[in-house]
Amino acid sequence: MKSHRKIKRAQSPLQLALRRFIKNKLALAGIIVLVLITLGAIFAPLLSEHDPTYGDLLKIEKVPSDEHILGTDGSGRDNFARLLYGARISLIVGFSAMLFTLIIGVVLGALAGYYGGKVDNLIMRLADLILAIPFLVLALTIIALLEKVTITIFVTVIAVTTWPSLTRIVRGTFLSLREQEFVLGARAIGASDLRIIFKHFIPNAIGPIIVNATLMMASMIIIESALSFIGMGIPQPTPTWGNMISEAQNIRILRNHPEAWIPPGLGILLTVLAINFIGDGLRDAFDPKSNRR
Amino acid sequence: MYKYIIRRILVFIPMLIVLSMIIFGLAKAAPGDPFTGRMLDPTIDPEVYEQQREALGLNDPVPIQYVNWASRMVTGDFGESMYYKGRSVASLIWERMPNTLYLGLFALAITLIVSIPIGIYSARNPYSIFDYGATTFGFFGLAVPNFFFGLIAIYLFAIKLGWFPSQGTITGTEVTGLQEFFDRIHHMVLPGITLGLAGTASYMRYMRSEVLDVLSSDYIRTAKAKGMSDRNVLYKHTLRNAMIPIITLMGFEFGALLSGAIITEQVFSYPGLGTLFINSITNRDYPIIMAIALLLGVTILIGNLLADIFYSIVDPRIRYD
Repeated sequence: MKSHRKIKRAQSPLQLALRRFIKNKLALAGIIVLVLITLGAIFAPLLSEHDPTYGDLLKIEKVPSDEHILGTDGSGRDNFARLLYGARISLIVGFSAMLFTLIIGVVLGALAGYYGGKVDNLIMRLADLILAIPFLVLALTIIALLEKVTITIFVTVIAVTTWPSLTRIVRGTFLSLREQEFVLGARAIGASDLRIIFKHFIPNAIGPIIVNATLMMASMIIIESALSFIGMGIPQPTPTWGNMISEAQNIRILRNHPEAWIPPGLGILLTVLAINFIGDGLRDAFDPKSNRR
Repeated sequence: MYKYIIRRILVFIPMLIVLSMIIFGLAKAAPGDPFTGRMLDPTIDPEVYEQQREALGLNDPVPIQYVNWASRMVTGDFGESMYYKGRSVASLIWERMPNTLYLGLFALAITLIVSIPIGIYSARNPYSIFDYGATTFGFFGLAVPNFFFGLIAIYLFAIKLGWFPSQGTITGTEVTGLQEFFDRIHHMVLPGITLGLAGTASYMRYMRSEVLDVLSSDYIRTAKAKGMSDRNVLYKHTLRNAMIPIITLMGFEFGALLSGAIITEQVFSYPGLGTLFINSITNRDYPIIMAIALLLGVTILIGNLLADIFYSIVDPRIRYD
């Protein structure tokens, strides 16, 4: 008798991680919320016909009506339109700041962890120094020196001041990988440094990198909104959630128009919660030792 | 251990110097100098302007300028404010510093008093309703921006319920003595909770996972097997070990606390270093910006140094070489 038992194809670590991830209900809920917010941001022009930067001075601080679902702000701009377009800016700034930080962090971390010695020392001392100055103080000091803040400059300032924590993580992983025998093997058959870094190191460090990048995006969104809130972020009239909440520093708007500043606050809260859930889900999924769920 | 402490202090000194160099570099990059404002004034003779620059040492080579600047900083001479005419930066900072210090200590006290017992209780009753409640609170505490939380707190407890004042540090000048003390505390409740929220959430999570870790270790099982009471196991074995990482965390979270204070003070119009810092940025008052940046940087460096030293004292298992 011939046996027809099929040999199951072994799953790659990435596939295993993906399977573990989709079983995680909180993370899945996070993805659904994030997708909904992203759709709202993308289709903002379809959901509201108002221009988020156009202020009608005859309609300042109006209460919600059929025309203006969430009323208008202190310059007569439609709050609902600003909420939707604000999601765009918040997500774009959060994502690009994360990406930029990720590039700096991974490159420097890889250099430090792979080459060690003097390069390592130089990069890590620089990281220590940047970590020694509180992020907000450093970022604000740099912003104080700038004539004008645009989204690109803003993202750069955030990236330049936040890369050290990621660099530390990447460096740590690389340092431990450096001593492994398969790396010695690769080197013995004549693989170049770049090949070893991209083929052997990065795939092995991808878990912590993805998890930290995800969680970092959440803090980037909070940072953007906090800086915009104190008026040091993306300048008005560009709609961002932080700029919208900033209006509530006026006690009259704070008291009489909660519909103007609570929705953007909830927007930040929901987005950050969703991203954190996804990040935690990814952490559990990538950790082979994790036995939760 | 002493060797380690000495070496750690020796590393601290060059870091301090480089920190001051970074801030000096940023100060040099600032557009103009104290005189560019007056340069536009046609009544000032370019020759006089040049003389004043010379007298202030602005024409000296940059390294000499740095040494002069650094030696002034060490003696506490931060120069004069460009915006508040005729006031020294030091006097402005000393005036605001106590407020920020009280607020920070108050927030830290709230954080520790709330987070540590909750963390321990959650770890001792994992996956209970209380634990889930605490975990949910932790998620929200870390996700909500502190300025939004602060505004909600003002809206609910100051405007709607009227329980607490929404801004400032004190009601008026007529309150004195013990009354003044309670009045200040009353003003600090909302900003203190706002500032302490994120820390509370993260300390709680740390405490929970540390206690859970320690509880599953062999020496705890041994202690229990010996017939030690739960109380003693908790205080003599679990907490002592679980507190060690919390101490390190405090060193690092110190910076987060100071950053948080900048935003929180702004929300509550609380007259501390944070509001002074932000006002100075708006006014482009560079001497104050640089002095506060340096002060906060040095504070963080000292905080990390103390955390490291303390860590080496409480945990003799760690060997440094």
